[in-house]
Amino acid sequence: MTDARQDSYDVAVIGAGMAGMSAALFAAERGLSCIQVGSGGGLLFASGLLDLLGVHPVAEHRLWQSPYAALAALAREQPDHPLARVDAGSIRSAFETFVTALAAAGLPYAPLGERNRNVLTSIGTVKTTFGVPRSMSAGVDALDARPSCLLVDFRGLREFSAHQIAATLGRSWPGLRYQRIEFPGCEVVPELYAAHLARALEAGETRERTIARVKPLLGDARAVGFPAVLGLARAGEVHAAFEAGLGVPVFEIPTMPTSVPGLRLLGALEAAVSARGVRRRHQATVRALAFDGNQGTATLELDGVPGGERVRARAVVLATGRFSGRGLKADRGEVRESILGLPVQQPTSRETWHQRNFLDPSGHAINRAGLLIDDAWRPLDADGKPAWPRVFAVGSILAHQDWMRSKCGSGLAIATAWAAVDQVARQLRVTAAG
Amino acid sequence: MNFLSFIQTQVLIIGGGVTGTALARDLALRGVDCILIERHDINAGASGRNHGLLHSGARYVAGDRAAAMECRSEGEILKRMAAHTIQDTGGYFVAVQGDDERYIADFPSHCARSGISARAVDVATARALEPALSDRAIAVFEVPDASIDPFQLSLESMAQARNLGARLMRHTRVVGFERDARRVRAVRVRSLSGGEDVRIEAAQVVNAAGAWAREVALLAGAPIEMTYSKGTLLVTHQRLASRVVNRLRSPGNADIMMPGGTVSIVGTTSTHVDALDAIHPTTAEVDLIIEEAARMLPVLATTRFIRAYAGVRPLVGSAGIADGRAVSRGFALFDHENHGLDNLATITGGKLTTCRLMAERAADLVCRRLGVTRPCVTATTPLPPAAECGGTEPGRSARAWMRSHGVHDTLLCECEMVSGSAVDAIYAALRSAGDTPTLTDIGLRSRIGKGACQGGFCAVRTAAHLYNRGDFEAQRGLAEILDFFGERWRGQRAVLWGEQLAQAELMEALHCGLFGEELPNAGMHDAPRTAPNADAAAGLAP
Repeated sequence: MTDARQDSYDVAVIGAGMAGMSAALFAAERGLSCIQVGSGGGLLFASGLLDLLGVHPVAEHRLWQSPYAALAALAREQPDHPLARVDAGSIRSAFETFVTALAAAGLPYAPLGERNRNVLTSIGTVKTTFGVPRSMSAGVDALDARPSCLLVDFRGLREFSAHQIAATLGRSWPGLRYQRIEFPGCEVVPELYAAHLARALEAGETRERTIARVKPLLGDARAVGFPAVLGLARAGEVHAAFEAGLGVPVFEIPTMPTSVPGLRLLGALEAAVSARGVRRRHQATVRALAFDGNQGTATLELDGVPGGERVRARAVVLATGRFSGRGLKADRGEVRESILGLPVQQPTSRETWHQRNFLDPSGHAINRAGLLIDDAWRPLDADGKPAWPRVFAVGSILAHQDWMRSKCGSGLAIATAWAAVDQVARQLRVTAAG
Repeated sequence: MNFLSFIQTQVLIIGGGVTGTALARDLALRGVDCILIERHDINAGASGRNHGLLHSGARYVAGDRAAAMECRSEGEILKRMAAHTIQDTGGYFVAVQGDDERYIADFPSHCARSGISARAVDVATARALEPALSDRAIAVFEVPDASIDPFQLSLESMAQARNLGARLMRHTRVVGFERDARRVRAVRVRSLSGGEDVRIEAAQVVNAAGAWAREVALLAGAPIEMTYSKGTLLVTHQRLASRVVNRLRSPGNADIMMPGGTVSIVGTTSTHVDALDAIHPTTAEVDLIIEEAARMLPVLATTRFIRAYAGVRPLVGSAGIADGRAVSRGFALFDHENHGLDNLATITGGKLTTCRLMAERAADLVCRRLGVTRPCVTATTPLPPAAECGGTEPGRSARAWMRSHGVHDTLLCECEMVSGSAVDAIYAALRSAGDTPTLTDIGLRSRIGKGACQGGFCAVRTAAHLYNRGDFEAQRGLAEILDFFGERWRGQRAVLWGEQLAQAELMEALHCGLFGEELPNAGMHDAPRTAPNADAAAGLAP
């Protein structure tokens, strides 16, 4: 019986984006039995880069080389920011645990260290980030040293122009060249899709033909960059074959969604949590959630499971994300929390949700809306008290942060999941002891 | 004494909206040489910010019969002469419970008096044909309303005028008039792209600057009385009705829902404004439109909107009237002879539907002054379609892409099915006119940026495409993506809730979260992006 429906768990994690996956992973690592509800669709938009904290304060556009120094400044200047509630030691542990699990699932990252890194993006901007997949790390070195370097793209991959990147950076990187090639077997296909290319490159013959087309273009290049399509589940093998075949370091450049590194991350995280015994209901949504009076055990009623399902859990971690993750919903009047109807800290009127200018330095007020929490990561009710004793909230649904401008999305997810799961474990221990 | 370079022409037209471009075409067809200067781009003002409604005239039958009849006859002319820019959808006038019964009862006879066909339609039949109509509808009449693409109309008018020798100077504004005793000797203009001012010496000058006509006339020392009425409109995610749907009542807020290809357009409001800058749709206007229009079309209460936009109606005369709707929507032609000028005219006010007639009247005045005797021919000369001008028509580039079956012709926008070759044609046409085309120029002439992503994806792809063609160099792409998406954003912010808010969040995650477009020097790593680094500045350097 591998598919037995255990109907009672220590923790139910609602949400399967970066925060939900992190919470499920950390809970399982602590030996808590865990069920996870929700799709990982949000990870398809992930770049594969793990930001920790790149910009602070947002309005000043100040970039940091040390994320930990940035976190210290954040803690002093914005103590209500969710990341200000997590100590640096916990953040280090959380990230190490996270990338160790990814590596074990076949998705290795470059050693984390203490510094942010600069990574090229597909439109030629430079992104400050923290955790870099190994397949992208030669690009960090190349961007730092700016040697003779070749960027290759594939005709038909519409959102990735090597010419654009080289032209955008050309003045400061004279040795950056670009070449466009036909993807083997797709010479008469007008539009190429990153995920298809990634899968095609797992076939040895396509890979060898691609390498053979690039090799004559190398010239004096000391590194070669590609759009992030070098393999899907077997990306490590594909990347190694490219490096061996071309004889120089090879790196991937993150692309627009749907992103292959996002697919890899989703696959690796699913494998990691499943390997740790987490039960997943990835097509289910929570219709209702109620608590027993005395025991405080939660009952979740699930939709999207044939016949419906009822699950009991001693603690619930809400990792449902913001608007695109459906954790928050807005109508013309206000923002609401989708599952429990928790109060949402928000601007007073819709006229102030968004700035007139998209790139306004302060960011949009709506992006700082979200749940307020107590010191134990429990969302507050209208009276400012924990809404339920054992409901916890993590990730981007939390108020007082603007992860898109701060470049702290993954950090927010991973660090808050770590800290909240720590609280979950404590609470359950206390209950067990009591 | 000055050494500015100068250009000579018979007629200088100021303003590239529907009136100015129709005037350029009218004059060119009469063999008159002209230059049109436009501060921004074609249809940048109210000409590009309206319903796209070709009025049957029925909306004005009760209050302004002259305007109604003008609309009727001009609508009929445009349906014959510019049929390819028009979707002859027909229109309904719909009353709901609580609407003025007297107005409803009088409507058919008012229409008849103006010569406008208005056929009573059984409410159940109307609701079967247009299921979006409220079950509280009590009366429906069918009228010959239609939908017209103002961009295609203006672009093709200008294209034909240019083929006949007219010149277009975009991104060029008037900075001053040089006057002799009773004449404008020259108009001094300045290009947005910099460079020296240029003097344009024209025998006749026509101010067709729409809402800006008062400012332009003032520069010439010829004050005219105008008021401004701001109108806001909403664009739905999907088309909700096949016909034009009008509220059967005395004109008020949110009376009209237009079919606009794959979407519907709902509006408008009418708010008096004193200034023309910083015009943008507000959330209060959006809410007002939805609440009011939902009485006729309840689906609007729950539908997804992808965009809002606002334009300013130039209303002539009657300064001090608070509600713009009380001022005539008729047009005005000023000959400025009372201002001591014999070679300046201003044509403003009016409606999209009457733009051809406005141009005819202005051209008649100009030709009389020039001694040109050839008559206006625009009422009898079809507007020739121009391949590069039809890109704003929904579905058109999709059809071309299907037919051409080019192996390497990729779709840059999948929502609106805009192909690389469609962008190339627009680019080449602008280029051949000596312009340096921008993403925003391409957006105005195509469906790029018009779908649900509002440019978030397709602007990036179009920039990549233009790099691959060698059209973009250096860091231009980044700046253009920002310009284009920023402009699209201004139209989105008032309709961001529900699904469209989720979409906007994804776009910000991409453009800010991943690309960091909001950061200075985003493409220039060696500019002081990380150095002097913040860590050191904060005294926390490792």
